[in-house]
Amino acid sequence: MFKVKIYISLKEGVADPQGITIKNALDSLGYSGIERVRYGKYLQVYLKNSDRKKLQKKIDDMCKKILVNPVIESYEYEIEEVK
Amino acid sequence: MKFGVIVFPGSNCDYDCYYVIKRVIGESVDFIWHKSSNLKGYDCIVLPGGFSYGDYLRTGAIARFSPIMKEVIEFSKNGGLVIGICNGFQVLLEAGLLPGAMRKNRDLLFICRYVYVRVENSDTPFTRLFHKGQVLHIPVAHFEGNYYIDPQSLSRLKMNNQVVFRYCSKDGEVADEFNPNGSVYAIAGICNERGNVLGMMPHPERCSESILGSEDGKLIWQSIVKSINERLAKE
Repeated sequence: MFKVKIYISLKEGVADPQGITIKNALDSLGYSGIERVRYGKYLQVYLKNSDRKKLQKKIDDMCKKILVNPVIESYEYEIEEVK
Repeated sequence: MKFGVIVFPGSNCDYDCYYVIKRVIGESVDFIWHKSSNLKGYDCIVLPGGFSYGDYLRTGAIARFSPIMKEVIEFSKNGGLVIGICNGFQVLLEAGLLPGAMRKNRDLLFICRYVYVRVENSDTPFTRLFHKGQVLHIPVAHFEGNYYIDPQSLSRLKMNNQVVFRYCSKDGEVADEFNPNGSVYAIAGICNERGNVLGMMPHPERCSESILGSEDGKLIWQSIVKSINERLAKE
């Protein structure tokens, strides 16, 4: 079985009110030197698939079709083999 | 003439739309369950507000793949009128029937109050009874209404007259302080290039009777009725 870790983030240039708010909170707690915070999403998808190449295509498909909104979001992923 | 109001799991303005169309406007209307795949006989499809699929993943992202959406896309390609309100607008964006995307509101607040919007384009089937520049007093209720579109696509929107409503002051002035959610270009509503698909964040169904504080929304429903009647008369 494979475990796929998918990271979804807002594209550069798209304003991120959550990231800004989190940065402000960190600033107010006294953590210095924080330049910026970008908020994103993290998904774990477990699937059975023998072929790694096919698996990549499948994940790209899923991301482009529903998991990611390409107007404002970008994604990357890692594949891990698990038992 | 017949309206259809699509019901997704989590829609919650469906009854308001149904009620206004039937009781205030006096036209025939059905609820259409999202699993249905038949839109025969309808002249205008309403995608209502609410929280389809609990807003999981992204607003509208899952509803967009409901079986009925294939039909809604087909319906719009054939020139049928489609109006998406609030969550309905978000579904239209996810479905690619309208350009752009929604972000969380600038101030991270759920905004539920009356605002003012200005009619930028009164030459659509949805706004023909308004005059350009007319100001509507109309409520919004959303967390993700912060409209985003890249600069190039925004120019295209403007060039094609697709910006239909912009947030403004009582007197129709557009300025940052009157923009409740941070939307690019203070956009509150847009249509597609052809003009037969409208998405708007404010709720016309919540202000179609004076007892509710405003009946500015009524003219949207009446515009639709007039447009359909004219088309039916030609057929």
